[in-house]
Amino acid sequence: MKKFICINCPLGCHLEVDDSDPNDIKVSGNTCPRGKIYAINEITAPKRMVTSSVPVSRSDLLRVSVKTSQPIPKDKIFDCLNEIKKAHAEAPVAIGDVIVSNVCGTGIDVVATRNAHKI
Amino acid sequence: MRKCDIVVVGGGPAGLAAAVSAFEAGTKDIVILEREERLGGILNQCIHNGFGLHTFKEELTGPEYADRFEQLVYQRGIEYKLGSTVINVTADKTVTYVSEQEGLQKISAKAIILTCGCRERPRGGINIAGARAAGIFSAGTAQKLVNIDGLMPGKEVVILGSGDIGLIMARRMTFEGAKVKAVVELMPYSSGLNRNIVQCLNDFDIPLMFSHTVVDIKATNGRVSSVVIAQVDDKLQPIMSTAQEIACDTLLLSVGLLPENELAGYAGVELSPVTNGAVVDDQMMTSVEGIFECGNVLHVHDLVDYVSEESSHAGKCAANYVQNGMSATQYVPTCGTNGVRYVVPQKIRKDANVEKISLRMRVANAFKNVELAVLLDGEKIFSRKRPIVTPGEMETVVLGSELVARIKQGSKLEVTLLKGEEK
Repeated sequence: MKKFICINCPLGCHLEVDDSDPNDIKVSGNTCPRGKIYAINEITAPKRMVTSSVPVSRSDLLRVSVKTSQPIPKDKIFDCLNEIKKAHAEAPVAIGDVIVSNVCGTGIDVVATRNAHKI
Repeated sequence: MRKCDIVVVGGGPAGLAAAVSAFEAGTKDIVILEREERLGGILNQCIHNGFGLHTFKEELTGPEYADRFEQLVYQRGIEYKLGSTVINVTADKTVTYVSEQEGLQKISAKAIILTCGCRERPRGGINIAGARAAGIFSAGTAQKLVNIDGLMPGKEVVILGSGDIGLIMARRMTFEGAKVKAVVELMPYSSGLNRNIVQCLNDFDIPLMFSHTVVDIKATNGRVSSVVIAQVDDKLQPIMSTAQEIACDTLLLSVGLLPENELAGYAGVELSPVTNGAVVDDQMMTSVEGIFECGNVLHVHDLVDYVSEESSHAGKCAANYVQNGMSATQYVPTCGTNGVRYVVPQKIRKDANVEKISLRMRVANAFKNVELAVLLDGEKIFSRKRPIVTPGEMETVVLGSELVARIKQGSKLEVTLLKGEEK
Protein backbone atom coordinates (compact mmCIF):
# COMPACT_ATOMS: atom_id res chain seq x y z
CA MET A 1 0.00 0.00 0.00
CA LYS A 2 1.49 3.35 -1.04
CA LYS A 3 0.24 6.79 -0.02
CA PHE A 4 0.02 10.01 -2.03
CA ILE A 5 -1.52 13.44 -1.64
CA CYS A 6 -3.49 14.35 -4.75
CA ILE A 7 -2.34 17.61 -6.31
CA ASN A 8 -5.26 18.26 -8.66
CA CYS A 9 -7.12 20.65 -6.39
CA PRO A 10 -6.90 22.28 -2.93
CA LEU A 11 -8.82 19.39 -1.38
CA GLY A 12 -5.55 17.40 -1.33
CA CYS A 13 -7.13 13.97 -0.97
CA HIS A 14 -4.99 11.40 0.81
CA LEU A 15 -4.84 8.57 -1.68
CA GLU A 16 -3.99 4.98 -0.89
CA VAL A 17 -2.85 2.79 -3.73
CA ASP A 18 -2.75 -0.99 -3.78
CA ASP A 19 -0.53 -2.12 -6.66
CA SER A 20 -0.07 -5.74 -5.55
CA ASP A 21 -1.69 -6.67 -8.87
CA PRO A 22 -0.08 -4.45 -11.55
CA ASN A 23 -2.97 -5.19 -13.90
CA ASP A 24 -5.54 -4.02 -11.39
CA ILE A 25 -4.24 -1.05 -9.40
CA LYS A 26 -6.71 -0.09 -6.69
CA VAL A 27 -7.00 3.52 -5.54
CA SER A 28 -8.94 4.66 -2.50
CA GLY A 29 -9.35 7.99 -0.72
CA ASN A 30 -10.00 9.93 -3.93
CA THR A 31 -13.06 12.17 -4.24
CA CYS A 32 -13.07 12.33 -8.03
CA PRO A 33 -11.73 10.39 -11.05
CA ARG A 34 -8.76 12.75 -11.43
CA GLY A 35 -7.42 11.44 -8.13
CA LYS A 36 -7.36 7.89 -9.44
CA ILE A 37 -5.55 8.87 -12.66
CA TYR A 38 -3.03 10.89 -10.65
CA ALA A 39 -2.32 7.99 -8.27
CA ILE A 40 -1.85 5.49 -11.09
CA ASN A 41 0.56 7.82 -12.90
CA GLU A 42 2.49 8.43 -9.70
CA ILE A 43 2.88 4.72 -9.09
CA THR A 44 3.60 3.56 -12.63
CA ALA A 45 5.57 6.40 -14.25
CA PRO A 46 6.04 9.51 -12.09
CA LYS A 47 7.35 12.47 -14.08
CA ARG A 48 8.43 16.00 -13.23
CA MET A 49 9.41 19.13 -15.04
CA VAL A 50 12.91 20.24 -14.07
CA THR A 51 13.77 23.95 -14.07
CA SER A 52 17.12 25.56 -13.32
CA SER A 53 19.46 28.16 -14.77
CA VAL A 54 22.83 28.10 -16.54
CA PRO A 55 25.56 30.74 -16.88
CA VAL A 56 25.42 32.80 -20.07
CA SER A 57 28.33 34.69 -21.59
CA ARG A 58 28.38 37.83 -23.76
CA SER A 59 25.07 38.98 -22.25
CA ASP A 60 23.99 41.58 -19.73
CA LEU A 61 22.41 38.65 -17.86
CA LEU A 62 24.59 36.43 -15.66
CA ARG A 63 22.35 33.41 -16.07
CA VAL A 64 19.62 32.26 -18.35
CA SER A 65 16.80 30.12 -16.96
CA VAL A 66 16.06 26.70 -18.48
CA LYS A 67 13.49 23.90 -18.29
CA THR A 68 13.02 20.41 -19.62
CA SER A 69 10.80 20.73 -22.70
CA GLN A 70 8.60 17.97 -21.23
CA PRO A 71 8.36 16.24 -17.85
CA ILE A 72 11.14 13.69 -17.31
CA PRO A 73 11.06 10.51 -15.21
CA LYS A 74 11.24 11.49 -11.55
CA ASP A 75 14.23 9.24 -10.83
CA LYS A 76 16.25 11.13 -13.45
CA ILE A 77 15.86 14.57 -11.80
CA PHE A 78 19.32 14.73 -10.23
CA ASP A 79 21.11 13.20 -13.25
CA CYS A 80 19.39 15.83 -15.35
CA LEU A 81 20.46 18.59 -12.95
CA ASN A 82 24.06 17.36 -13.13
CA GLU A 83 24.01 17.70 -16.92
CA ILE A 84 22.47 21.16 -16.61
CA LYS A 85 25.23 22.16 -14.17
CA LYS A 86 27.86 21.39 -16.83
CA ALA A 87 26.04 23.46 -19.45
CA HIS A 88 26.80 26.98 -20.50
CA ALA A 89 25.03 29.29 -22.93
CA GLU A 90 26.31 32.05 -25.15
CA ALA A 91 24.21 35.07 -26.07
CA PRO A 92 22.11 35.64 -28.03
CA VAL A 93 19.72 33.13 -26.50
CA ALA A 94 16.03 33.01 -27.37
CA ILE A 95 13.25 31.33 -25.43
CA GLY A 96 13.03 27.73 -26.67
CA ASP A 97 16.69 27.45 -27.75
CA VAL A 98 18.09 24.02 -26.92
CA ILE A 99 20.72 24.26 -24.15
CA VAL A 100 21.18 20.49 -23.52
CA SER A 101 19.85 18.09 -26.11
CA ASN A 102 18.54 14.63 -25.22
CA VAL A 103 19.24 15.09 -21.52
CA CYS A 104 20.25 11.81 -19.83
CA GLY A 105 19.13 9.90 -22.90
CA THR A 106 15.49 10.72 -22.21
CA GLY A 107 14.94 12.10 -25.71
CA ILE A 108 13.90 15.35 -24.04
CA ASP A 109 15.81 18.62 -24.47
CA VAL A 110 16.61 21.28 -21.89
CA VAL A 111 15.53 24.61 -23.40
CA ALA A 112 15.98 28.27 -22.49
CA THR A 113 13.03 30.01 -20.84
CA ARG A 114 14.43 33.52 -21.12
CA ASN A 115 15.86 35.70 -23.86
CA ALA A 116 19.45 36.82 -23.36
CA HIS A 117 20.55 39.60 -25.68
CA LYS A 118 24.10 39.84 -26.93
CA ILE A 119 26.12 42.80 -25.73
CA MET B 1 6.44 69.39 -17.16
CA ARG B 2 5.80 66.48 -19.45
CA LYS B 3 2.16 65.51 -19.84
CA CYS B 4 0.76 62.12 -20.71
CA ASP B 5 -2.52 60.22 -20.54
CA ILE B 6 -1.58 57.27 -18.34
CA VAL B 7 1.46 56.57 -16.18
CA VAL B 8 1.81 52.94 -15.09
CA VAL B 9 3.98 52.59 -11.98
CA GLY B 10 5.71 49.20 -12.21
CA GLY B 11 6.56 46.99 -15.20
CA GLY B 12 5.72 43.59 -13.70
CA PRO B 13 2.83 41.40 -14.82
CA ALA B 14 0.18 43.82 -13.52
CA GLY B 15 1.72 46.88 -15.16
CA LEU B 16 2.26 45.17 -18.50
CA ALA B 17 -1.30 43.82 -18.68
CA ALA B 18 -2.77 47.17 -17.61
CA ALA B 19 -0.75 49.11 -20.19
CA VAL B 20 -1.62 46.75 -23.06
CA SER B 21 -5.29 46.82 -22.17
CA ALA B 22 -5.41 50.63 -21.87
CA PHE B 23 -3.72 50.87 -25.28
CA GLU B 24 -6.24 48.45 -26.80
CA ALA B 25 -9.05 50.55 -25.34
CA GLY B 26 -7.78 53.51 -27.34
CA THR B 27 -5.64 55.48 -24.89
CA LYS B 28 -2.18 55.16 -26.41
CA ASP B 29 -0.20 57.90 -24.70
CA ILE B 30 1.16 55.66 -21.93
CA VAL B 31 4.45 55.48 -20.02
CA ILE B 32 5.45 52.50 -17.91
CA LEU B 33 7.98 53.34 -15.19
CA GLU B 34 10.03 50.37 -13.93
CA ARG B 35 12.74 50.65 -11.29
CA GLU B 36 14.61 47.49 -12.35
CA GLU B 37 16.70 47.22 -15.52
CA ARG B 38 14.14 44.89 -17.12
CA LEU B 39 10.42 44.51 -17.54
CA GLY B 40 8.72 41.44 -16.08
CA GLY B 41 9.05 42.13 -12.37
CA ILE B 42 9.30 39.21 -9.97
CA LEU B 43 8.46 36.69 -12.73
CA ASN B 44 12.05 36.91 -13.96
CA GLN B 45 13.29 35.09 -10.87
CA CYS B 46 10.38 32.64 -10.71
CA ILE B 47 12.01 30.16 -13.06
CA HIS B 48 9.79 27.23 -12.01
CA ASN B 49 6.83 26.23 -14.16
CA GLY B 50 3.12 26.41 -13.46
CA PHE B 51 2.30 29.90 -14.72
CA GLY B 52 -0.33 30.69 -17.31
CA LEU B 53 -2.61 27.64 -17.18
CA HIS B 54 -5.68 29.90 -17.19
CA THR B 55 -4.40 32.60 -19.55
CA PHE B 56 -2.50 30.56 -22.15
CA LYS B 57 -3.78 27.02 -21.43
CA GLU B 58 -0.21 25.81 -21.01
CA GLU B 59 2.28 25.65 -18.17
CA LEU B 60 4.93 28.30 -18.56
CA THR B 61 7.83 29.35 -16.38
CA GLY B 62 7.80 32.86 -14.91
CA PRO B 63 10.19 34.40 -17.47
CA GLU B 64 8.20 32.86 -20.33
CA TYR B 65 4.92 34.23 -18.97
CA ALA B 66 6.47 37.68 -18.58
CA ASP B 67 7.84 37.52 -22.13
CA ARG B 68 4.36 36.93 -23.59
CA PHE B 69 3.19 40.23 -22.11
CA GLU B 70 6.47 42.06 -22.86
CA GLN B 71 6.03 41.16 -26.53
CA LEU B 72 2.54 42.71 -26.48
CA VAL B 73 4.07 45.91 -25.10
CA TYR B 74 6.86 45.95 -27.71
CA GLN B 75 4.48 45.24 -30.61
CA ARG B 76 2.36 48.24 -29.65
CA GLY B 77 5.34 50.49 -29.16
CA ILE B 78 4.20 51.38 -25.66
CA GLU B 79 6.84 53.56 -24.01
CA TYR B 80 8.62 52.20 -20.95
CA LYS B 81 11.46 53.58 -18.88
CA LEU B 82 13.78 51.19 -17.04
CA GLY B 83 15.91 52.01 -14.01
CA SER B 84 13.30 54.63 -13.19
CA THR B 85 12.13 54.69 -9.59
CA VAL B 86 8.95 56.56 -8.76
CA ILE B 87 9.43 58.48 -5.54
CA ASN B 88 6.19 60.43 -5.32
CA VAL B 89 2.63 60.42 -6.58
CA THR B 90 0.24 63.24 -5.78
CA ALA B 91 -3.55 63.49 -5.76
CA ASP B 92 -3.37 65.91 -8.71
CA LYS B 93 -1.71 63.03 -10.58
CA THR B 94 1.86 64.25 -10.80
CA VAL B 95 4.36 61.40 -10.81
CA THR B 96 7.96 62.10 -9.72
CA TYR B 97 10.65 59.59 -10.66
CA VAL B 98 14.43 59.39 -10.63
CA SER B 99 16.74 57.62 -13.04
CA GLU B 100 20.44 57.59 -13.77
CA GLN B 101 19.90 58.94 -17.29
CA GLU B 102 17.29 61.57 -16.59
CA GLY B 103 17.83 62.58 -12.97
CA LEU B 104 14.70 63.85 -11.24
CA GLN B 105 11.68 64.10 -13.53
CA LYS B 106 7.98 64.82 -13.21
CA ILE B 107 5.11 63.73 -15.40
CA SER B 108 1.60 65.12 -15.20
CA ALA B 109 -0.84 62.32 -16.00
CA LYS B 110 -4.57 62.15 -16.61
CA ALA B 111 -4.65 58.75 -14.91
CA ILE B 112 -2.18 56.71 -12.89
CA ILE B 113 -2.21 52.94 -12.51
CA LEU B 114 -0.31 51.74 -9.45
CA THR B 115 1.10 48.26 -10.08
CA CYS B 116 3.94 48.24 -7.56
CA GLY B 117 3.51 44.65 -6.38
CA CYS B 118 4.47 43.62 -2.90
CA ARG B 119 7.43 43.10 -0.60
CA GLU B 120 8.29 40.15 1.58
CA ARG B 121 7.69 40.48 5.28
CA PRO B 122 11.18 40.69 6.83
CA ARG B 123 12.54 39.21 10.05
CA GLY B 124 11.70 42.43 11.90
CA GLY B 125 8.07 41.98 10.85
CA ILE B 126 7.72 38.85 12.97
CA ASN B 127 10.26 39.65 15.71
CA ILE B 128 12.34 36.46 15.81
CA ALA B 129 14.69 36.57 18.81
CA GLY B 130 18.35 35.65 18.56
CA ALA B 131 21.58 36.48 16.81
CA ARG B 132 21.78 39.16 14.14
CA ALA B 133 23.99 37.02 11.99
CA ALA B 134 24.69 36.49 8.33
CA GLY B 135 22.70 33.67 6.76
CA ILE B 136 19.16 35.00 7.27
CA PHE B 137 17.36 35.76 4.02
CA SER B 138 13.83 36.22 2.82
CA ALA B 139 12.91 33.35 0.48
CA GLY B 140 12.58 35.76 -2.46
CA THR B 141 16.05 37.19 -1.86
CA ALA B 142 17.46 33.67 -1.87
CA GLN B 143 15.53 33.01 -5.08
CA LYS B 144 17.12 36.03 -6.74
CA LEU B 145 20.61 35.04 -5.53
CA VAL B 146 20.29 31.49 -6.87
CA ASN B 147 18.36 32.04 -10.09
CA ILE B 148 19.54 35.45 -11.28
CA ASP B 149 23.01 35.83 -9.76
CA GLY B 150 24.01 32.17 -9.59
CA LEU B 151 25.04 32.42 -5.93
CA MET B 152 24.15 29.93 -3.21
CA PRO B 153 23.06 31.54 0.07
CA GLY B 154 24.07 28.49 2.17
CA LYS B 155 24.45 24.75 2.49
CA GLU B 156 22.22 23.65 5.37
CA VAL B 157 18.87 25.34 5.38
CA VAL B 158 15.82 25.74 7.59
CA ILE B 159 12.82 27.52 6.07
CA LEU B 160 10.28 29.33 8.24
CA GLY B 161 6.87 29.59 6.59
CA SER B 162 5.27 27.26 4.08
CA GLY B 163 3.95 29.78 1.60
CA ASP B 164 4.59 28.95 -2.03
CA ILE B 165 7.88 30.86 -2.29
CA GLY B 166 9.27 28.97 0.71
CA LEU B 167 8.21 25.63 -0.76
CA ILE B 168 9.61 26.46 -4.19
CA MET B 169 12.91 27.50 -2.60
CA ALA B 170 13.11 24.28 -0.60
CA ARG B 171 13.22 22.40 -3.91
CA ARG B 172 15.46 24.92 -5.61
CA MET B 173 18.07 24.84 -2.82
CA THR B 174 17.92 21.01 -2.90
CA PHE B 175 18.47 21.07 -6.68
CA GLU B 176 21.59 23.16 -6.15
CA GLY B 177 23.05 20.77 -3.60
CA ALA B 178 21.92 22.27 -0.30
CA LYS B 179 20.36 20.18 2.45
CA VAL B 180 16.97 21.54 3.49
CA LYS B 181 16.50 20.22 7.01
CA ALA B 182 12.95 21.36 7.68
CA VAL B 183 10.17 23.70 6.67
CA VAL B 184 8.60 25.10 9.82
CA GLU B 185 5.03 26.45 9.71
CA LEU B 186 3.38 28.40 12.54
CA MET B 187 -0.16 27.49 11.48
CA PRO B 188 -1.66 23.98 11.53
CA TYR B 189 -1.98 24.20 7.70
CA SER B 190 0.08 25.51 4.81
CA SER B 191 -0.88 28.57 2.83
CA GLY B 192 0.96 27.03 -0.13
CA LEU B 193 -0.52 24.91 -2.90
CA ASN B 194 -0.81 21.14 -2.34
CA ARG B 195 1.06 20.61 -5.52
CA ASN B 196 4.06 22.49 -4.13
CA ILE B 197 3.98 20.55 -0.86
CA VAL B 198 4.04 17.30 -2.83
CA GLN B 199 6.52 18.23 -5.54
CA CYS B 200 8.85 20.50 -3.56
CA LEU B 201 8.92 18.79 -0.14
CA ASN B 202 7.56 15.22 -0.28
CA ASP B 203 9.53 14.39 -3.44
CA PHE B 204 12.75 15.08 -1.53
CA ASP B 205 11.67 13.88 1.94
CA ILE B 206 11.88 17.39 3.42
CA PRO B 207 9.91 17.46 6.68
CA LEU B 208 7.08 20.00 7.01
CA MET B 209 6.46 20.79 10.68
CA PHE B 210 3.06 22.38 11.30
CA SER B 211 2.30 24.40 14.46
CA HIS B 212 5.99 25.08 14.98
CA THR B 213 8.02 28.28 14.91
CA VAL B 214 11.57 29.54 15.27
CA VAL B 215 12.18 30.80 18.82
CA ASP B 216 15.94 31.47 18.66
CA ILE B 217 18.73 31.91 16.14
CA LYS B 218 22.27 31.02 17.21
CA ALA B 219 25.45 32.11 15.49
CA THR B 220 29.16 31.34 15.40
CA ASN B 221 31.62 33.90 14.05
CA GLY B 222 28.79 36.05 12.78
CA ARG B 223 27.11 33.30 10.74
CA VAL B 224 23.98 31.35 11.63
CA SER B 225 25.00 28.04 13.26
CA SER B 226 21.60 26.73 14.35
CA VAL B 227 17.99 27.66 14.93
CA VAL B 228 15.83 26.60 17.84
CA ILE B 229 12.29 25.63 16.95
CA ALA B 230 9.35 24.85 19.22
CA GLN B 231 5.78 23.73 18.88
CA VAL B 232 3.09 26.38 19.45
CA ASP B 233 -0.17 26.05 21.36
CA ASP B 234 -3.61 26.91 19.99
CA LYS B 235 -2.95 30.58 20.78
CA LEU B 236 0.22 30.30 18.65
CA GLN B 237 2.45 30.74 21.71
CA PRO B 238 5.64 28.62 21.75
CA ILE B 239 5.71 25.67 24.17
CA MET B 240 9.30 25.93 25.33
CA SER B 241 9.42 22.38 26.66
CA THR B 242 9.18 21.19 23.03
CA ALA B 243 12.17 23.26 21.88
CA GLN B 244 14.74 21.53 19.69
CA GLU B 245 17.88 22.83 18.03
CA ILE B 246 18.56 22.28 14.33
CA ALA B 247 22.10 22.87 13.09
CA CYS B 248 22.09 24.98 9.90
CA ASP B 249 23.93 27.89 8.30
CA THR B 250 20.93 29.48 6.65
CA LEU B 251 17.41 30.50 7.63
CA LEU B 252 14.98 31.45 4.86
CA LEU B 253 11.84 33.39 5.74
CA SER B 254 8.66 32.89 3.75
CA VAL B 255 6.31 34.61 6.15
CA GLY B 256 3.99 36.69 4.06
CA LEU B 257 3.82 39.43 1.47
CA LEU B 258 3.00 43.07 2.07
CA PRO B 259 1.57 45.23 -0.71
CA GLU B 260 3.92 48.12 -1.40
CA ASN B 261 1.61 51.09 -0.88
CA GLU B 262 3.90 53.96 0.13
CA LEU B 263 3.16 55.83 -3.12
CA ALA B 264 -0.58 55.32 -2.73
CA GLY B 265 -0.24 56.74 0.77
CA TYR B 266 1.57 59.87 -0.48
CA ALA B 267 -1.32 60.50 -2.87
CA GLY B 268 -3.82 60.21 -0.02
CA VAL B 269 -5.35 56.97 -1.30
CA GLU B 270 -7.53 55.25 1.27
CA LEU B 271 -6.03 51.89 2.25
CA SER B 272 -7.75 48.78 3.60
CA PRO B 273 -6.35 47.47 6.91
CA VAL B 274 -7.35 43.94 5.81
CA THR B 275 -5.70 43.72 2.38
CA ASN B 276 -3.06 46.42 3.01
CA GLY B 277 -3.99 47.61 -0.48
CA ALA B 278 -6.18 50.44 -1.70
CA VAL B 279 -9.92 50.55 -1.32
CA VAL B 280 -11.17 50.40 -4.93
CA ASP B 281 -14.44 50.48 -6.83
CA ASP B 282 -15.48 48.08 -9.58
CA GLN B 283 -13.22 49.84 -12.10
CA MET B 284 -10.22 49.46 -9.75
CA MET B 285 -10.23 53.20 -9.10
CA THR B 286 -8.99 54.18 -5.65
CA SER B 287 -10.49 56.86 -3.41
CA VAL B 288 -8.45 59.42 -5.38
CA GLU B 289 -10.10 60.17 -8.73
CA GLY B 290 -8.00 58.94 -11.65
CA ILE B 291 -5.64 56.78 -9.58
CA PHE B 292 -6.14 53.07 -10.16
CA GLU B 293 -4.60 50.08 -8.48
CA CYS B 294 -4.35 46.39 -9.44
CA GLY B 295 -2.26 43.26 -9.01
CA ASN B 296 -0.36 42.39 -5.85
CA VAL B 297 -0.19 45.99 -4.66
CA LEU B 298 -3.99 45.85 -4.33
CA HIS B 299 -4.19 42.44 -2.66
CA VAL B 300 -1.88 39.45 -2.77
CA HIS B 301 -2.84 37.00 -5.53
CA ASP B 302 -1.87 33.34 -5.70
CA LEU B 303 -1.93 33.04 -9.48
CA VAL B 304 -0.39 35.51 -11.91
CA ASP B 305 -3.21 34.72 -14.34
CA TYR B 306 -5.60 36.51 -11.99
CA VAL B 307 -3.18 39.44 -11.73
CA SER B 308 -3.23 39.78 -15.52
CA GLU B 309 -7.01 39.51 -15.66
CA GLU B 310 -7.58 42.10 -12.92
CA SER B 311 -4.99 44.44 -14.43
CA SER B 312 -6.42 44.21 -17.93
CA HIS B 313 -9.70 45.34 -16.44
CA ALA B 314 -8.00 48.22 -14.59
CA GLY B 315 -6.20 49.31 -17.77
CA LYS B 316 -9.43 49.36 -19.75
CA CYS B 317 -11.18 51.35 -17.04
CA ALA B 318 -8.30 53.84 -16.80
CA ALA B 319 -8.51 54.41 -20.57
CA ASN B 320 -12.25 54.89 -20.28
CA TYR B 321 -11.70 57.45 -17.51
CA VAL B 322 -9.15 59.36 -19.63
CA GLN B 323 -11.63 59.45 -22.52
CA ASN B 324 -14.89 60.06 -20.69
CA GLY B 325 -14.08 61.40 -17.25
CA MET B 326 -15.65 60.45 -13.95
CA SER B 327 -19.04 58.82 -14.02
CA ALA B 328 -19.64 57.49 -10.53
CA THR B 329 -21.52 59.39 -7.94
CA GLN B 330 -22.93 56.73 -5.59
CA TYR B 331 -21.66 53.38 -4.48
CA VAL B 332 -22.93 50.08 -3.12
CA PRO B 333 -20.38 48.83 -0.56
CA THR B 334 -19.30 45.18 -0.58
CA CYS B 335 -18.27 43.17 2.46
CA GLY B 336 -17.30 39.67 3.49
CA THR B 337 -19.02 37.94 6.39
CA ASN B 338 -19.08 34.55 8.14
CA GLY B 339 -15.56 33.49 7.22
CA VAL B 340 -15.03 35.64 4.10
CA ARG B 341 -12.10 37.79 5.17
CA TYR B 342 -12.26 40.39 2.43
CA VAL B 343 -13.84 41.25 -0.89
CA VAL B 344 -12.23 43.31 -3.67
CA PRO B 345 -13.58 45.65 -5.02
CA GLN B 346 -14.83 47.17 -1.79
CA LYS B 347 -17.53 49.17 -3.55
CA ILE B 348 -19.53 49.11 -6.78
CA ARG B 349 -20.68 52.15 -8.69
CA LYS B 350 -24.46 52.53 -8.74
CA ASP B 351 -24.34 54.17 -12.14
CA ALA B 352 -21.89 51.69 -13.60
CA ASN B 353 -22.97 50.54 -17.01
CA VAL B 354 -20.96 47.32 -17.15
CA GLU B 355 -21.58 43.81 -18.41
CA LYS B 356 -20.00 41.99 -15.52
CA ILE B 357 -18.23 42.50 -12.23
CA SER B 358 -15.63 40.17 -10.75
CA LEU B 359 -15.57 39.92 -6.97
CA ARG B 360 -12.33 38.51 -5.60
CA MET B 361 -12.09 37.26 -2.04
CA ARG B 362 -10.26 35.17 0.50
CA VAL B 363 -11.61 33.15 3.38
CA ALA B 364 -10.19 33.35 6.91
CA ASN B 365 -10.00 29.58 7.55
CA ALA B 366 -10.33 26.34 5.63
CA PHE B 367 -13.96 25.18 5.33
CA LYS B 368 -15.37 22.04 3.73
CA ASN B 369 -18.64 21.63 1.85
CA VAL B 370 -19.59 25.27 1.81
CA GLU B 371 -21.94 27.38 -0.19
CA LEU B 372 -20.33 30.63 -1.25
CA ALA B 373 -23.19 33.07 -1.51
CA VAL B 374 -23.71 36.68 -2.56
CA LEU B 375 -26.44 38.51 -0.67
CA LEU B 376 -27.95 41.79 -1.81
CA ASP B 377 -29.58 43.46 1.17
CA GLY B 378 -29.92 40.01 2.71
CA GLU B 379 -31.42 38.33 -0.36
CA LYS B 380 -29.37 35.55 -1.97
CA ILE B 381 -28.68 36.48 -5.61
CA PHE B 382 -25.83 34.07 -6.33
CA SER B 383 -24.49 30.88 -4.84
CA ARG B 384 -21.87 28.29 -5.63
CA LYS B 385 -21.14 25.03 -3.81
CA ARG B 386 -17.50 24.36 -3.05
CA PRO B 387 -16.09 21.11 -1.66
CA ILE B 388 -13.36 23.13 0.06
CA VAL B 389 -12.21 26.73 0.44
CA THR B 390 -8.85 27.61 1.97
CA PRO B 391 -7.11 30.90 2.88
CA GLY B 392 -4.40 30.12 0.32
CA GLU B 393 -6.78 30.03 -2.64
CA MET B 394 -8.45 33.17 -3.85
CA GLU B 395 -12.10 32.76 -4.83
CA THR B 396 -13.65 34.72 -7.68
CA VAL B 397 -17.34 35.30 -8.33
CA VAL B 398 -18.34 36.87 -11.64
CA LEU B 399 -21.69 38.63 -11.62
CA GLY B 400 -23.32 38.99 -15.03
CA SER B 401 -25.17 42.01 -16.40
CA GLU B 402 -28.54 40.95 -14.98
CA LEU B 403 -27.14 40.77 -11.46
CA VAL B 404 -25.12 43.96 -11.95
CA ALA B 405 -28.36 45.73 -12.82
CA ARG B 406 -29.93 44.46 -9.59
CA ILE B 407 -26.96 45.59 -7.50
CA LYS B 408 -27.64 49.15 -8.58
CA GLN B 409 -30.99 49.02 -6.76
CA GLY B 410 -29.42 47.72 -3.55
CA SER B 411 -27.63 49.30 -0.66
CA LYS B 412 -25.29 46.56 0.54
CA LEU B 413 -23.61 43.58 -1.11
CA GLU B 414 -22.40 40.80 1.12
CA VAL B 415 -20.33 37.73 0.26
CA THR B 416 -20.73 35.00 2.82
CA LEU B 417 -20.25 31.31 3.54
CA LEU B 418 -23.32 29.21 4.28
CA LYS B 419 -23.52 25.69 5.75
CA GLY B 420 -19.79 25.19 6.02
CA GLU B 421 -17.89 23.00 8.43
CA GLU B 422 -14.48 24.15 9.58
CA LYS B 423 -11.75 21.81 8.37
